[in-house]
Amino acid sequence: MRKRNFFYLLILGLLAIFMVACSAADNAVNATDPEEAEETETTEESESNEETNGDTIKVGVLHSLSGTMAISETSVQQAELLAIEEINENGGVLGKQLEPVVEDGASDWPTFAEKANKLLQQDEVATIFGGWTSASRKAMLPVVEEHNGLLFYPVQYEGMEDSPNIFYTGAAPNQQIVPAVDWLLENRGDSFFLLGSDYVFPRTANAAIRAQLDNEGAELVGEEYTPLGHTDYNTVIAKIRNENPDVIFNTLNGDSNVAFFKQLQDAGITSDDITVLSVSVAEEEIKGIGADVIEGHLTSWNYYQTTDTPENEEFVANYQAKYGEDEVTADPIEAGYFGVYLWAKAVEEAGTTDVDEVREAAKGISFDAPNGTVTIDGDNQHVYKTVRIGEVQSGGMISELWHSEEPVKPDPYLDEYDWASDLSESLAE
Amino acid sequence: MQNTIYQKLLSRRVIFSLIFLLLLAAPLFMSDFRLNLLGKFLAFAILAIGLDLLWGYTGVLSLGHGIFFGIGAYCMAMYLKLEATGGTLPDFMAWSGMSELPLIWLPFQYPIIAILLGILIPAVVALFIGYLTFRNRISGVYFTILSQALVLVVVTLFVGSQNLTGGTSGLTNFKTLFGFQVNSASTQTAFYLITVVVLGLVFFACRKLIKGRFGKILVGIRDGENRMRFLGYNPSAYKTFIYTLSGGIAGLAGMLFVLQVGIISPTMIGIIPSIEMVLWVALGGRGTLIGPIIGAVLVNAAKTGFSESYPDIWTYFLGLLFVLVVVFLPKGITGLFEKWSDRRKKQDVSSSVEVEKSYS
Repeated sequence: MRKRNFFYLLILGLLAIFMVACSAADNAVNATDPEEAEETETTEESESNEETNGDTIKVGVLHSLSGTMAISETSVQQAELLAIEEINENGGVLGKQLEPVVEDGASDWPTFAEKANKLLQQDEVATIFGGWTSASRKAMLPVVEEHNGLLFYPVQYEGMEDSPNIFYTGAAPNQQIVPAVDWLLENRGDSFFLLGSDYVFPRTANAAIRAQLDNEGAELVGEEYTPLGHTDYNTVIAKIRNENPDVIFNTLNGDSNVAFFKQLQDAGITSDDITVLSVSVAEEEIKGIGADVIEGHLTSWNYYQTTDTPENEEFVANYQAKYGEDEVTADPIEAGYFGVYLWAKAVEEAGTTDVDEVREAAKGISFDAPNGTVTIDGDNQHVYKTVRIGEVQSGGMISELWHSEEPVKPDPYLDEYDWASDLSESLAE
Repeated sequence: MQNTIYQKLLSRRVIFSLIFLLLLAAPLFMSDFRLNLLGKFLAFAILAIGLDLLWGYTGVLSLGHGIFFGIGAYCMAMYLKLEATGGTLPDFMAWSGMSELPLIWLPFQYPIIAILLGILIPAVVALFIGYLTFRNRISGVYFTILSQALVLVVVTLFVGSQNLTGGTSGLTNFKTLFGFQVNSASTQTAFYLITVVVLGLVFFACRKLIKGRFGKILVGIRDGENRMRFLGYNPSAYKTFIYTLSGGIAGLAGMLFVLQVGIISPTMIGIIPSIEMVLWVALGGRGTLIGPIIGAVLVNAAKTGFSESYPDIWTYFLGLLFVLVVVFLPKGITGLFEKWSDRRKKQDVSSSVEVEKSYS
């Protein structure tokens, strides 16, 4: 009996040590790894937490490195680390080197919130680059707003949001979906079938497309949603065959695309019969689907690996030199990459990493990104981007069919469009 | 004489009280972020105690406690979401084409009702499932498989009914509770203290429960269900009661989780988290009440610690930890210390006869 009590006493002791260690480690903000933590702890115990420490500026990189989203997010993380490395080689920001603090969101939304909290409160990073799914962004949003942090979010999304603490470097709906629908109406026909995964982005995107089609007098012959990860599309394809639309507007996400395109091909429907335009399929995903299966179908993005700019040539070369010749670049990867540069320019402009001043300085900042010149719109913290419609080639690359004359002004709430007025009213809080 | 004072000082009650006081005092010397994490771990510990009542004491292994945790969490989150939107429709409902608040959301406008339902609904669901399965003498591995399948059903339901639950994104972006800002540091400290107090209450209530005759009956059911039946007890009633209690405790833990983490989504209630919950209990030590608490805090602290230090390969470390414990400590961490003290006792020429415990 006494020995057992001794055990509980031991637990008590361990708990006390654990808690004290935690609070001590928190004081030593300079430390990145445990050993270093102990060192700094002893030497400079009560040093106050400054926004920048010594010769480095900490920036957070928060993507899923494990779980279902890892396959997509790892390459965005790589591009962001590449940009940080390049900036450091060129002398850093404000004369200081950037120090990336990498965290794993683990494809789990509460974990994204926890890690964002950790980066802002404990590491006191100047900004976070991260996220992919809308769910992960929504999980991080209350955290960055509460602690007045910054988040650079690199993926196209459904719009209807403009947090003062988030910079959206992916496309807003009017930089991807709306022009794609316009282009399809002009070039491929006016009967549409909408197919998407069952979550926020496809639901919202399709609500906008419905309003737009209605306004243009085009026909909507069907609208289907399948759960994320769904792989049986025979029923949907049978419906498509019945309705025989000119265009399928595809907002499926992830693995479902592999199943859908394979089964579509097996059903004998080729891109000559019905055009599928996808907004979540880029070079990376085409590798998984198989170029021969999806060849001839269309995509809408702001960037392709084949985009013809000198900046892109250099970016692709550097990316492949660092991560391997087989690696492809894609829109979210590029958006992650230039997001780092936009932030760095804003910090240089502001002369500090203070969030409020960086936000103010970021207004109107431009950067010659691989996809062309991108400019931050001060009103909604999205970026001006060029819209590009492309066709998948047999080699897995996407060749551009059309691009907008100039970078398109971001319009997350679709305010510029009369047909969307009801929509944004009901969706905006 | 001195020896007895020494013993008294080290009596379990004193040590438990000290641990409790130390936890209560944590806000004084821990940063807000770490405190918030510890609060989350303690919420998990509450659930682990309930799960241990069921598994460690009654011998019913449930791989489906994510459901009860999730229902409790969603109940709290629904109230917080309505409070945050201030009377208008939550954004995801508008996306899904709803025009007014659905009927099942209506009771969650009132915080007291939401909190009560957060415990009652999981308990009633558990009562219903328990009544149907235990009465029909479905037990052992069959019950385990059934509970696992139920998780899949519930997750699919939550993801599928996007207009009611927010789908895969879950519910997040909360603002106030009883007029307090939920995300502010002071409110979070209060939530932490509430969690510690609730953990203490649950712990002592469960201790009371299992110390008496009732606890003996539970262990009897675990070790020889048929014998208990022949002795005139009705094992299915006891099992159903414990399952219901365990479900209610899980719901309570879910509510505390949502308050401190600020988001609930189907990823938190699915198959993997449900299995993880069992791992906490197994790692800490089944059949003791302190074991699950140690397990929940330790596993989650390890998870956070590893993933912060080695974001690329932390999953391997966690896996290694599980393998090591299963191979070398089959009875969990508390089991290790029991073994030590047993060995000492045998050396001291023990008078008591050891009875091998068996678990189903």
